[in-house]
Amino acid sequence: MTALSKNRRLFGSLLASLLAQLATGRTKNRHLMGWLLASPMALVLMVFLVLPIVMIVIVSFWGATEFSIYPAFQWDNYQFLLTSPVTYKVFLNTFKYAVLTWAFTLTIGFTVAYFLAFHVRSLTWQIALFLLCTIPFWTSNIIRMISWIPFLGRNGIANSTLMSMGVIDEPLEWLLYSDFSVILAFVHLYTLFMVVPIFNTMMRIDRSLIEAAYDSGATGWQTLTNVIIPLCKPGIMIGSIFVVTLVMGDFITVRFMSGSQSANVGRLISNDIGLLQYPSAAATAVILLITVLMVIGLLLRFVDIRKEL
Amino acid sequence: MRTELDLELVALTKRYGETVAVDGIQHLFRGGTYACLLGPSGCGKSSTLRMIAGHEEVSDGAIVLAGQDISRLPPARRGTAMMFQNYALFPHLSVADNVAFSLKMKGVDRETRRKRAMELLELVHMTAYAERLPAQLSGGQQQRVALARALITNPQVLLLDEPLSALDPFLRVRMRSELKKLQRELGITFVHVTHGQDEALALADEIVVMNNAVIEQAGPAREVFNTPRTEFVARFMGGHNVIALPRGHFAIRSDQIAVTEAAQGKLDGHVTGIEYQGTSVALTLMTAGDQEITAIVPEDQYFVKPIQPGDGVGLSWDEDHLHALTA
Repeated sequence: MTALSKNRRLFGSLLASLLAQLATGRTKNRHLMGWLLASPMALVLMVFLVLPIVMIVIVSFWGATEFSIYPAFQWDNYQFLLTSPVTYKVFLNTFKYAVLTWAFTLTIGFTVAYFLAFHVRSLTWQIALFLLCTIPFWTSNIIRMISWIPFLGRNGIANSTLMSMGVIDEPLEWLLYSDFSVILAFVHLYTLFMVVPIFNTMMRIDRSLIEAAYDSGATGWQTLTNVIIPLCKPGIMIGSIFVVTLVMGDFITVRFMSGSQSANVGRLISNDIGLLQYPSAAATAVILLITVLMVIGLLLRFVDIRKEL
Repeated sequence: MRTELDLELVALTKRYGETVAVDGIQHLFRGGTYACLLGPSGCGKSSTLRMIAGHEEVSDGAIVLAGQDISRLPPARRGTAMMFQNYALFPHLSVADNVAFSLKMKGVDRETRRKRAMELLELVHMTAYAERLPAQLSGGQQQRVALARALITNPQVLLLDEPLSALDPFLRVRMRSELKKLQRELGITFVHVTHGQDEALALADEIVVMNNAVIEQAGPAREVFNTPRTEFVARFMGGHNVIALPRGHFAIRSDQIAVTEAAQGKLDGHVTGIEYQGTSVALTLMTAGDQEITAIVPEDQYFVKPIQPGDGVGLSWDEDHLHALTA
């Protein structure tokens, strides 16, 4: 009882001092003020990010039978995961998707951003074309993904057009439910995540730098490789982080576009959850999280993005 | 008189759609001179410079350097180099790499271009900063690096686009003396765009005053200042009064106007403002015909017999000091 009243008194005095500070406009203790201002966001992150991750880590050590899960501290889940050849195959496949998607989105994204930033001269057109890029985002991911199916299918638009043009004699089987369609959907879904940060850094490049390069005898290509690309590195890096994390954490695109014929880590986790094998799913999630963090850490070693934020 | 290094503008014209930014200007920059293109903003001086540099397409006319029309050549093959207003240093490259940039573009090997860059940095006293990034330099230091970068191509003409405008006033005065010294050492032509007449007077062997897309007057600094041909030049160069007399418009230097007792001068007026300037006192006067005139009186003379605002005075001058204006 006394402890409670003591606490209450302490809290009361804290609140009073805070109010007094606010009222007088003076910040005697600037540290305290800073902490207080940062606390709402810290609280949100704590509850919605840190706690769930801690939960997942805890559950990943639990045990499971066919019909139940039980709290424990055992390495079984990890042992099974790290000794199974399936895990390595699936992780390899996930990396393959990530790398290929990254390469294509980077090429397309950089080109689009370059066109918008350096070839479109009027601001009005820049804004208009930029908004045009975002229009696909007015519909959901799933719808955009599924809309590829009638296009790529065996008797889809692509195949029938190619056949009527006489390019092919029989339908191409690899168009749909293949790695091709998975990568295609990824690139379609995530290129904008590359365009936006790269466009942003490009717009900040002082145009006189391009003239200065030209003045120094640089060709268009040399200007690109010696001036524009190095100055776009932070944007490229931010876009890469977006794309890599999105692709590595995805499960629905792979399932739909591969017709459930290929797997990535996300699908591994979703299958486990479907079978109510939560501890195993949690362990896989932890390994995936560590992998993604390592990839991001590696990317950040190359470029300092702090000045962009 | 004409040398290999003369730079000549022949009926040089720049149009942006309907507007004419530079209207058929004609001028000969003699090799090895320090020339200033002077004028208010929007007068076409920057467009002219950018056309010489090759960053702006020439609509009409020719630019002749060393006997060759360079107006269609890419910037790097013209024999000119440009120093940009904000210096345009590459923020991701060190000072040495910035200076060596054009050599790198030419495919010169690392060793050689490094050596050459250090020579240029030596010239602008920046060797100690070779490894720094531009963001770690002060404005004056950045300017020196920009100079070194422009000079590494051995240009015959160095083009400077308002090079001092980004500096604080104190540094500006120091840098302009350095620019002048450097130009004398190198012996190449400098074409310097500015809107500051004091800067032009301090630096230029030759001043080219531009207004409304044409050259108003060109000549040695002293000539342009002392004998302005038009009212615009007289007013823009400063230090002059433009007086409308029955026989026409005349320019007269403010320090060549004497203040006398009322009704004893050639014009009568009353004092509207007095400004103490240290070595002199500037009197603003309103004459009978509502013309505003400034008279600069040496301060010792002024304080022998001080005048108060509102006092009636007479103004007189030596007829030889009047310059008839054509427009």
